[in-house]
This record gives sequence, structure tokens and C-alpha cells, in this order.
Amino acid sequence: MATKKTPTKRAPKKRTASSALPSDVNNEMILDFYREMLLIRRFEEKAGQLYGMGLIGGFCHLYIGQEAVVVGIQSVLEDRDTILTSYRDHGHMLACGMDPDGVMAELTGRIGGYSKGKGGSMHMFSEEKGFYGGHGIVGAQVPIGTGIAFAHKYLDENAVNVAYLGDGALNQGQVYESFNMASLWDLPVVYVIENNRYGMGTSTERSSANSTELYHRGSAYGIPGMQVDGMDVVAVREAAKIAVEHARSGKGPYIMEMMTYRYRGHSMSDPAKYRSKEEVQKVREERDPIERLRAVMEKKNVIDEAGMKQIDKDVKAIVSKSAEFAQSSPEPDPSELYTDVYADA
Amino acid sequence: MPIEILMPALSPTMTEGKLARWMKNEGDSVSSGDILAEIETDKATMEVEAVDDGILGKILVDGDTDNVAVNTPIALLLEEDESDADLSNYSAAAPVAQAESQPAAVSSEAANVAAPEAPKAESVAPESEWGGPFISTTVREALRDAMAEEMRRNEKVFLMGEEVAQYQGAYKISQGLLDEFGAKRVIDTPITEHGFAGLGVGAAFYGLNPIVEFMTFNFAMQAIDHIINSAAKTRYMSGGQVSSPIVFRGPNGAASRVGAQHSQCYASWYAHCPGLKVVSPYSAADAKGLLKSAIRDPNPVIFLENELLYGQSFDVPDTDDWTVPIGKAKIVRPGTDVTIVTFSIMVGKALEAAEELAKEGISAEVIDLRTIRPLDTETILNSVRKTNRLVTVEEGWAFSGVGSEISAMVMEQAFDYLDAPVQRVAGVDVPLPYAANLEQLALPQSSHIVTSAKEVCYRS
Repeated sequence: MATKKTPTKRAPKKRTASSALPSDVNNEMILDFYREMLLIRRFEEKAGQLYGMGLIGGFCHLYIGQEAVVVGIQSVLEDRDTILTSYRDHGHMLACGMDPDGVMAELTGRIGGYSKGKGGSMHMFSEEKGFYGGHGIVGAQVPIGTGIAFAHKYLDENAVNVAYLGDGALNQGQVYESFNMASLWDLPVVYVIENNRYGMGTSTERSSANSTELYHRGSAYGIPGMQVDGMDVVAVREAAKIAVEHARSGKGPYIMEMMTYRYRGHSMSDPAKYRSKEEVQKVREERDPIERLRAVMEKKNVIDEAGMKQIDKDVKAIVSKSAEFAQSSPEPDPSELYTDVYADA
Repeated sequence: MPIEILMPALSPTMTEGKLARWMKNEGDSVSSGDILAEIETDKATMEVEAVDDGILGKILVDGDTDNVAVNTPIALLLEEDESDADLSNYSAAAPVAQAESQPAAVSSEAANVAAPEAPKAESVAPESEWGGPFISTTVREALRDAMAEEMRRNEKVFLMGEEVAQYQGAYKISQGLLDEFGAKRVIDTPITEHGFAGLGVGAAFYGLNPIVEFMTFNFAMQAIDHIINSAAKTRYMSGGQVSSPIVFRGPNGAASRVGAQHSQCYASWYAHCPGLKVVSPYSAADAKGLLKSAIRDPNPVIFLENELLYGQSFDVPDTDDWTVPIGKAKIVRPGTDVTIVTFSIMVGKALEAAEELAKEGISAEVIDLRTIRPLDTETILNSVRKTNRLVTVEEGWAFSGVGSEISAMVMEQAFDYLDAPVQRVAGVDVPLPYAANLEQLALPQSSHIVTSAKEVCYRS
């Protein structure tokens, strides 16, 4: 559980890394983590499959490999908290409790989708679950999330916004405009950089100055940062506790750099020639978040083999049901073409 | 029944590809994520990953096969409890998709179905006649009063922008607001248009009612991604779930000799985009009544002011609860011979021109659009049906301008009523020059309006 911190005036105390599970991580929680990560993985695999069948169109960005990030962070959030992310958003929606049927049906462009089929893979929302998109312009979610945090503070809700962004988005100017205002006004926002090492086909080494320490990017604004093993769901949770508590207690924003990896291409149509198969294989074998948690479960005897199989089966059933729903839900009625452009004044 | 592994589509446009080679052999066990085969398209070589766990029972399409249609079964996968015997039960179904057809298995009908009729524009609430006393007010004060009244009325309304608080506004529009509402609701931002526009949109998504002041709309180009992509489109993209009740306001258009980068009319830019409302008033009464409506509106509203009008005084209803509906034009001078349609500062020029025209016996009807989107087509059409002649006037460039849109609309809906081609009076097609004489030449003057009006009346 390696965690580095930016030395800033507001950096919290150093934490000692430990391989032992924290006391509040009980068997039930571990099983939840496992179920949620597996659901995301199986869901994404199914989405890839439906894409291959032509049932999902356009762009489709899969989250496979990065599951531990959103599952670990979500585990420390309260119901009143909000999140938003970029276009690689399916995992975030599932993790915050949105219905897999509604997500998958949006991918297939059907009326049963979260946006009635009008948004697609990159544009879904659930006010009920505190999910504010789903944004297709790289980096645009960052000021928007900062604005939601502004609203949390304005309304005195003691809530936190978690704004996810990729390592590629981190080079957009509006990210720093947001850092500046968030720090200036002590807004309750946690910026989670999902560093999967490639902004589309360009590695962080080729795109980002000081690329091994992206969590320093808030230093100039006095924003504390930490680097976390984003392939270890328990490490993510432990780190998120610190960051979220910092934001919630009124001390302002926090930056978490999650060292993670996507196994698939940037989108479905990316052959990923910018990295070697060996590189992908090595991460899958050595760092896979699901396998790593499974190893912990075995070591600690969290569940027997029959129980594991049952989880696999349950997850598969949820995903199959979502795929069936996504194909049986009708396309939006032509009259939907004109609805939802304006709210009635 | 074994699981069919289908030839996948790997891009939105792929219909077929070459199955280059198999990475697994019949009899190999595979788990989810394993690479089964490589396929080549015209763009790239890509890998086919296993979705399910099992044993590769049978390869149906060999490696090095060209033109394999998307969705053709290329192999069979045996699940845990299946054996070779299950393979013999398999009978190949026809490929699901033909090579020549689109890979998308959906939307077959949509291409053949005409789009439904666009709904008629929402009827706009009638404008109330003010029967009470008036008070002479500058546009500057009217805008300030509108914000103050709405902030008193609704705790969720707040103002943010550069120099809006302690400095009292770069153009003194927010004079006194910090004192009354405090720093929580009147917020000085850093010089960071893209950032604070996006931040405002986020706050609006969450239910606050931000008024975002741009020191001038020229600087809003830094923020236009959030105005269009985030504010205007999200309601639609969310299926009606998330709205952006936000007002973007500030001075628009040429001021006085501030050069090309600080002198541009954005009316047609924003009016182009569904999801936005675009308002650009002339008088102080309309500025106040429309800004109050804009703040109450649940949609993103672009509120285009004009610096040169800020100091002008007009009679304004002496009340704190009088609004002007968005989407309603106003006939500011009735006439019978020619219709002049315009907005913002050009209303003044058009009224001057109408005065000149009257001296020559031409009765001009001047329409102040006040709102550009939604456009009050009814008021324009009714006038054109009466006068049979139309001149549009705007400060911005003619190309793809507001006048072009009105001209096209009138051609479509009142062609037979026109006795002369529509004329567009607009800014000259150059970046606005600094030199006093050139600036004067580049901007529409009342003399241009007079000339065009006479031409459509076939008078010289």
C-alpha cells in the first residue's frame, strides 16, 4: 500500500504502509468489493461483446482493469456525496448503485436507458445516486465537479464531490483553473486522477512533465496530493478516507493519483499498438485488482469455493439480464426527438 | 448448446474484416480476457478477446480468411459442463448480419421513417401591461435592480464574475450588491472564464441559480465549451433529468474604439444552438424585465447587454415584481410601409432611421426582437404581411447572421407577401478596426438603414 504525499503546508501526517487489512475492513466489506469489481468487469466484457455485435454504436470506453479505483472510493462516500467523471463512466455508474439494466440500455440507445437513449455511453446521469455524468469533453467534468462542490458548500450540506479525471485530462488548462478556485474557496472536492498511463495512445511519459508524480500537480495551489496503488481496492479505500475527510472537514480540495491500468484500448476501435502485449499481460498477472482481492479472500478464508462460484453466477445473471433488457427495451419513440431540449419556464 | 463466438465489429463503421489468425487451437481451454484471434480491418489489426470461460470446441472460420462479415459465428466455445457431443448438436445459423448491410442490428427503420414534425414553438406568456407609475432609470441601474430583486426573492441566486464584488463591477452593474448580499452570494472570481463558467454550470446542475457575469462576451469565447457542451446540451443528453438554470450575462458587441478582439456581436453564435435562450434588450425596462425572467428561467440564458447603452435612461415600471417574457418581440414604432427588425443598440439607430424616413413619407415599423432565441416569428411575419417589405439590422456580420435567419424564415413562411427582396444591414465583413473613421464605416449607421429601407420601397 505505497502512498506518497505532496509536501505542502496542508499535507496531512504521513501514514505508514501496511499489508495487514485495516480493522474496519471486515469479510462482508471484502465480499462487497469483490462483487462490485466483478460486476463492473463482467458488465464491461458484455458491453464489449454487444459492441462487437453492432448493438452498441459510436464510442465505447471500457473500464476493465481500473475497477478498484471507483469501488474503493465509493466505499467511503455518504449518500449525500456526489461524483462525476469523463466518458469512461460505466464503472462509476455501477459502483454508485445505478441500475445495470438502465446503463446497458443506454449503451444500446433504448428508451429504458438512463437518458432515454439520447445520451449514449458517455452521457448518463442519476440525481438520485448523486451521479452527475458522464462528460465527453476531456477535462470538462473538473470545473463542473468543482461547481457541484461549490453548491454543497453554498447549501451547507457537509457533502463532498469526487471529480474523476484521467492522466490525459490533467493537462487541460481548465483543470488548473479549477484547482485554483477550489483551493482559494476551500471547496469540498476530491480530484481523483485515474492514471492508467495512457491518454488514448500517448503515454504519460510523452505527455506530462514530471510524469511519475502527477499528484504534485496541485502543489502550486496548496492542494495536498497522494499517490496510491489503484489496483488495490483496500489501499484505495484507506487513502480515500483521508482525502474525503479532509474535504468534508472544510480544509478544501485533495488530489489522489491512482496508479492503475486499462487492459482494453482507449475505446473499442483502438488496437492499442502503443504498448506491448507483454506489458498488458504483466499487469494482468501481477496487479489485477480482482485477482489480488481473491488472493486475500483465500488467504483469510473469507468464503469457500462454492460461495465464490455463487457470486460469479449471481454477477453473470445480473449482466445477462441487463444485456437482455438492453436488447428488448424499444428504441425511443420518434417523438422523443424533440423532447428535453428545454425545461418548461 | 455451445456458445457462438461471433466475428466482432471493432469500430462503428466496420462491416467485415479478415480473420488473420487464431491464437488458440481447438481443445484449448480459454478464460475470459484471453486473446483468441487476430482480425484485420482496413484500419488496424485487433485482437478478439474471450468473453466467457470454456474450451474452444470448434473453429468455424479458419485463419487467413478474408471478408468475414461482422456477426458471423467464427468458433464454438464449450462451457464447463459441455463436451464434444454438444458440438454435433450445433447447426450453424445464417450469419446474423450481411457484409453489405450495416453492422448495427438496430435502427433499421429509422432511416426510412421521416422525422416527426417539429413541435410548434411554445406559446409565450402574454406580456403584462404596466398601468402604474414609471421611474427614469439607466440600463445599468435596471440590470442591478433586476439582480438585487431576484436575489432577495430566491436564496439560490448568486452572482459571480471578475470584479463583480469589491470593485462593484467593471462597468458598475453590480454596484451595491456585495454590501447587501455579502461575499457568499456576490463572488469575485479569478480571471478564469473557462473555469468559472464550468463551475457555474456545475452549481446549476445541482440546483443553484448562478448569474455568471463576463466582463465582456469577447472573453466568453474562453468558456464557450461549457456554455454549449455543458450547459446547453445536458438536459437533452440526460433525457430531461439534469437542467442548467444559469444566466451568462455581460456586454456584447462593439464599445468604442477598443479594437477587433473586444468588439464582436455574439448573438448569432449562441442563437445557433438548441438548448440555449438568447436575449438582447435595448431599453432599461426590457433589460430589467428580461433579466428577471432569465434568472427565473430553468434553462441556460445568454443575456447580451451593450456597454454603450448602460448609461442611457428609460422609463421603467416602478415596482420590484414586473417581468418581460422571453421570446416576445416588441413593436417599438408602428408603421405601414416597411418593417425594420433589429435588437439591442441598433434599435436606437433604427428609430433614428424611421424618423428620417417619415420625413420622406415612408412609414417604417420598427420591431425590437429583444429575444433572439426563441425567435418571435409571429410578430415579424404579421408585420411583413402588412408592410410587404423587410430590412434586418444587426451590428454583427451578415454571414450566417441573425438577419440571414430572419430572411430565410420570412422567405419560407411569407414569400408571397414580399414585394421586394429582404435587405440585411450588418457590420462590414472585417475585424472591427481601431481608427475612428474606419470603425464608423464598419458599423451600421442609421443612414445605412434609411438607404436599405428606401431600396426595398423602390424609392431613391
